[in-house]
Amino acid sequence: MPPPFSWIVAVVRFLYDFIVGDDWTVAAAVGIGLILTAVLNVNHILAWWLIPVIVVLMLGVSLRRASNRLR
Amino acid sequence: MTGLWAVLITTFLASAVEAIEMVTIVVGVGATRGWRSTLIGAASGFGVLAVVVAILGAALSVVPIGPLRLVIGALLLVFGLQWFRKGIMRVAARGLAGIGGQDPHETAEWTGPGMDWTAWFLSFKGVVLEGLEVAIIVVSFGAGANQLGAAVIGGVGAIIVVGGIGLALHQTVRRIPRSLLQLIVGVLLTTFGTFWALEGLGVAWPGADASIPGLLVLYGATALFYISLERNRALGLRPAA
Repeated sequence: MPPPFSWIVAVVRFLYDFIVGDDWTVAAAVGIGLILTAVLNVNHILAWWLIPVIVVLMLGVSLRRASNRLR
Repeated sequence: MTGLWAVLITTFLASAVEAIEMVTIVVGVGATRGWRSTLIGAASGFGVLAVVVAILGAALSVVPIGPLRLVIGALLLVFGLQWFRKGIMRVAARGLAGIGGQDPHETAEWTGPGMDWTAWFLSFKGVVLEGLEVAIIVVSFGAGANQLGAAVIGGVGAIIVVGGIGLALHQTVRRIPRSLLQLIVGVLLTTFGTFWALEGLGVAWPGADASIPGLLVLYGATALFYISLERNRALGLRPAA
């Protein structure tokens, strides 16, 4: 791959590893949660609780998955 | 016209609230990843802020902070959750061993050649986001009261005072084992990421900034719960109902 493209791929890979890491489902859940929060908020429905709930639940799911991988 | 001291004190206190968040992130990242790249990141952030303030001046008060908060908050939230999860797993596996010394299984600081871009990026982001908020507070409050000079002194003074306190305590922070520190910083990044992302969406938090300690308590309790669960799992015991 010529240098400009290989650099772009390297930067994208770095950003993905840096931000998303080894469990993409957490990032996906946060993204979906933010979209749902925006929808609730636009419709004047109390929405601040959704992301904290997703954070707590997804941490448990991700930890269980990581623990099972280590066994 | 608002009095000079009223402007000075108000901008100092308002900026201190934002500066505490900035210094918390910078000191946390610096103690975890090493100071050189973190301080260069913070200095880069201040450099960007100086350029932004010089270019925009009074117009800074109309920079849309909402989309900025949404993007940076979401990134901090996703990234913070990584450290949150890794911190829980490491503390559950190793406990608090290593207080007062270095964890024998890992180096506390970045030891690779050149710049630690992770530390640089986190520190840079924290300074730019919180610094923009300080700048907006100073410019809007100072311009509104026709006391821009006093407002600038209040804002810069808050950053110097809070930054000095943070640097004075960093040796204490360094004594905490890296795994625990990673958990603490993960909780902090997740907390501020949650708060900023939702503020960026226009969601009203109950109690506004006062909800930040509430989020910290929730995520702190979550960390303790999952650490105990992971320990029980590692010991092959059934977790308490």
